[in-house]
Amino acid sequence: MDRDSIDRLGAELAAAADAAADTAALEAVRVAALGKKGRVTELMKGLGAMAPEARRAAGQSLNQLRDRIEAAIAARAEAIRRRDRTAKLAEEKVDVTLPVRPTAEGKLHPVSQVIDEVTEIFAAMGFVVAEGPDIEDDFHNFTALNIPPEHPARQMHDTFYLAGGAGSNAPPLLRTHTSPVQVRTMQAGPPPYRIVVPGRTYRRDSDQTHTPMFHQIEGLAIDRSITMGHLKGCLEEFARAFFESDQVRMRFRPSHFPFTEPSAEVDINYTVENGVVRVGAGERWMEILGCGMVHPKVLEMCGVDPAQWQGFAFGMGLDRIAMLKYGIPDLRTMFEGDLRWLAHYGFSPLDLPSFGQGLSR
Amino acid sequence: MKFTRAWLADHLDTDADPGRIADTLTAIGLEVESIADRAKDLARVVIARVIEAKPHPNADKLRVCLVDTGSERVQVVCGAPNARSGMIGAFAPPGTRIPGTGLDLKKGTIRGVESNGMLVSEREMGISDQHEGIIDLPADAPVGANWAKWAGLDDAVFEIKLTPNRPDCLGVRGVARDLAAAGLGRLKPLEIKPIAGAYDSPIAVRLDFPAGEGKACPLFVGRMIRGVRNGPSPAWLRDRLTAIGLRPISTLVDMTNYVTFDLGRPLHVFDADKVKGDIVARFGRSGESFLALNGKTYAVEPDMTAICDDSGALGLGGIMGGQSTGCTADTKTVFVEAALFDPLRTAATGRRHGIQSDARYRFERGVDPAFVAAGMEWATRLTMQLCGGEPSNLVVAGQAPDWTRAYALRPDRVATLGGIDLPEAEQRRILVALGFAAKPGGWQPPSWRPDILGEADLVEEIARIAGFERIPALPMPRELDRHRPGVSPAQRRVRIVKRALAERGLTEAITYSFVARAHARVFGGGGDDLMLQNPMSSELDCMRPSLLPGLIDAMRRNVDRGLGDGALFEVGPQYASATLVTGQTVAASGIRLGQAQRAGWTGPARPADAFDAKADALAALAALGLGESAIGIEAGAAAWYHPGRSGTLKLGPKTVLGWFGELHPEVLERFDLAGPLVGFELVLDALPPAKARPGRARPAFAPPQYPAVERDFAFVVDRAVTADRLVKAARQADKKLIEQAGVFDVYAGQGVAEGKVSIALRVRLQPTERTLTEAEIEAVAARVVEAVAKATGATLRT
Repeated sequence: MDRDSIDRLGAELAAAADAAADTAALEAVRVAALGKKGRVTELMKGLGAMAPEARRAAGQSLNQLRDRIEAAIAARAEAIRRRDRTAKLAEEKVDVTLPVRPTAEGKLHPVSQVIDEVTEIFAAMGFVVAEGPDIEDDFHNFTALNIPPEHPARQMHDTFYLAGGAGSNAPPLLRTHTSPVQVRTMQAGPPPYRIVVPGRTYRRDSDQTHTPMFHQIEGLAIDRSITMGHLKGCLEEFARAFFESDQVRMRFRPSHFPFTEPSAEVDINYTVENGVVRVGAGERWMEILGCGMVHPKVLEMCGVDPAQWQGFAFGMGLDRIAMLKYGIPDLRTMFEGDLRWLAHYGFSPLDLPSFGQGLSR
Repeated sequence: MKFTRAWLADHLDTDADPGRIADTLTAIGLEVESIADRAKDLARVVIARVIEAKPHPNADKLRVCLVDTGSERVQVVCGAPNARSGMIGAFAPPGTRIPGTGLDLKKGTIRGVESNGMLVSEREMGISDQHEGIIDLPADAPVGANWAKWAGLDDAVFEIKLTPNRPDCLGVRGVARDLAAAGLGRLKPLEIKPIAGAYDSPIAVRLDFPAGEGKACPLFVGRMIRGVRNGPSPAWLRDRLTAIGLRPISTLVDMTNYVTFDLGRPLHVFDADKVKGDIVARFGRSGESFLALNGKTYAVEPDMTAICDDSGALGLGGIMGGQSTGCTADTKTVFVEAALFDPLRTAATGRRHGIQSDARYRFERGVDPAFVAAGMEWATRLTMQLCGGEPSNLVVAGQAPDWTRAYALRPDRVATLGGIDLPEAEQRRILVALGFAAKPGGWQPPSWRPDILGEADLVEEIARIAGFERIPALPMPRELDRHRPGVSPAQRRVRIVKRALAERGLTEAITYSFVARAHARVFGGGGDDLMLQNPMSSELDCMRPSLLPGLIDAMRRNVDRGLGDGALFEVGPQYASATLVTGQTVAASGIRLGQAQRAGWTGPARPADAFDAKADALAALAALGLGESAIGIEAGAAAWYHPGRSGTLKLGPKTVLGWFGELHPEVLERFDLAGPLVGFELVLDALPPAKARPGRARPAFAPPQYPAVERDFAFVVDRAVTADRLVKAARQADKKLIEQAGVFDVYAGQGVAEGKVSIALRVRLQPTERTLTEAEIEAVAARVVEAVAKATGATLRT
């Protein structure tokens, strides 16, 4: 076969491959050219009868022919594969604007979040969280805190009393503050102490700013030389960390509590912008907590020698600071379990307060 | 406690303006609640002349007045009988807030005639109860001038909030003393000279208490003043009382109120002509009562201190006097009482009767025991000035208790406790200014400071007057050699469980620790010991035995607001008994109402079922490190769950961690909810305490070296057999090779005999020594079939 014939055959078969509509047609082209009885194969078979010189030349031509056809088939196969893939992908198209499968998003209550925030702050100052029961007795809630039976403070507290067991003349009560945990902590072991106590507290009171149950956080730091200066520093550091602003200022006003001496009430500066309270700005003062140096009598009653040990205590409304920080207007809504409210004011479980990434976002 | 700037100036020589006075008051612990200035509030009210008052065309009792306000002439409709041409009055233009009504004055039309403001009465201006007519001023009052200023009302009124330990500041003088100590001026001397009596009082006073009870009324000083003229007080006195919110009554009564607020010395005046026999202070007697000055009748019980005469009880000592001997305009002879009463008894009596009075307020906090006779002398002088009269000699029964005591003060304590480094001289100056006296035993508190009971109180006095703002803030000392987490392992659990449940799509609620008793009973509670004696309402009268009633109630409120489904959880206390500490446990509980999966384009709706609740509970436990394999599940739960669709979560054979399942239909009915409602309860305190670990390193990572193999088995078994028994049996078939076994399909119906169920298990084999051969796998499979059959009677489905 001469060179021209081979070229023509090559062109013919390559054109046939290019024209194959699909994989099956392409395979037919391959069989017809390169199969056992294919035209190229048949030509190859003729080589054996040739003289060595002619065979070398013809073999070379035929090998080239075969390579050419294989290449054409491979190229066409790839083109068909691509075309088919493209068509398949086009077929598989979805409407990506459809919504995703519904998943419920759970939230943490703002008070839980604020307890975690506050814990983070005080833990960094060496405090640990202590706890105690909600149902208390007269001794832990009042007497040990230097509030004798007839003290007017007992009337101020509006205590809930339980029926209690039979024959008890001093019925159990719902703690009116977290301070009984001070007493329990001091009774449980020797000083020094550095605790904070977040928890539920109860007073018989209900209006726009009072609910019969609310949350407090108590702090107690007893050591050999803790002074009012440390109390001020501790609370100022807390307020700046909690409200996440260096602009927060505090005002310590002399006050009176039976369990501290000296005692102070603490105000923070705030302003009202568009009806919303902003802490750490402006010149107005708002009371946020009561504090003082633990009364020597309280130390004595808890078995701690006031000649050796001294320190401070403070108590603060957790719901209140949560409301202030996060702009929650009404205390009563805190305990209604309104899913819409919780979705609005609640926190993602991923929002774990830390100093490393910021207390809140 | 209220007072005016001018009143304060009676006792304090100062040039401080009201703003500075207020700042200082707050800084020394006498917190200012408000400062009112009536001259500012009433700046628009001017002195005006009624040029002409004509009858109203459409109303007999009204007049149409043309008023000259000094700057313009306006027409005003007026209903006062004394409105007349030529009179001078006080005119409030539209826009003025009228103190007596609290309303903003508007332009209006009254019976068809335009009215541009108001001629006001004293009551409308808040200065008296006078409302018979409009304010009628002298002819020389300057028209157009600020009326309040002209009337002497341009005086700041301070209201301070006193802590219960400061009875001394329940008189203006006490406030002045504190301010003087704080450097705001000079405390003016109060010179009280005894007034000689002209005769012996015909009324004697006796204290008649059982032995040991004398402190009920340790001292009673009395004095008769005869020939007095009672009637309305002079304007200055009325103005002072009205300025602080008191109602002037008559000179004698106003005098007692004035001394009460001026010097903190409560007094009482009897019309001596109405007193029968002598005056006796004694305990009440059963059945005794009296008609008090407030018009109410009160029982005088045997533990109450009564002031009596021969006719019986006249009043309650230190609380309120009675009408039978009250002073009236006709009173000619007055008997004045200055006494001391036991604070505790006064408080208890006042509380029992619900009587709030200025006397009670002071006696229950502690009245100066050294200012009884002196107070009487002061009252006598004032009475004579105001009402004339001739005083008797003093009648004194009992004596003042000894109030003297002294406390040592180590000067360095002001720094080491109070945190403020003050020179000793300044410490001394402050204490002296407050009335403390240096005695051999230390500092003697003044008689008016019953609250000073130790060295810490002295430190507070010094620090408070020096100013807390002078205390430098110090950082908390840190212990570098000590590291500990802020929370205990048990507290950490609470934090983790909350976030794990929120991650599951439940939202955290905080509900009240008390619920309605009827609801508590549904959940196994409601015992007598956990009932509140004084609940806010019957809806909140019992400590909750479970978190579920509060959560279900909250969910019902959400349904009432239109929500169809939702998921709530709470982590908090529940109460098994009123026993301290051990009576309460921390629980984590949640509920799901309605659809667990809403219908959407990806699939149909799926109602919440027991397995959602189970998954919630297991997720919470898993977050605490208790994997599913550690938890045993038993059919059935507490009575408030669906008996066939609930389970108990256990740790080991004994420890019940909680329950899950569908809530019992009766619970739904009780809470007026349509289901499905599923829930779970976990008692976190039932979990074993976390083990202390020596380090934080994990065990070495050893991934399996040989491929794992899975084999599926479909068993047919009696319906009564629980799936966990099949799984357990399969796992036991080869404890070494079988790494996992679990249910992947459950089927009953066509192809499975009645009463039977097909349960398909998938078992995973994990060889550790070499790749398993087919024969070995078949051998294990056969053992699995055998073990399951033996344990449960199941047969392989064909």
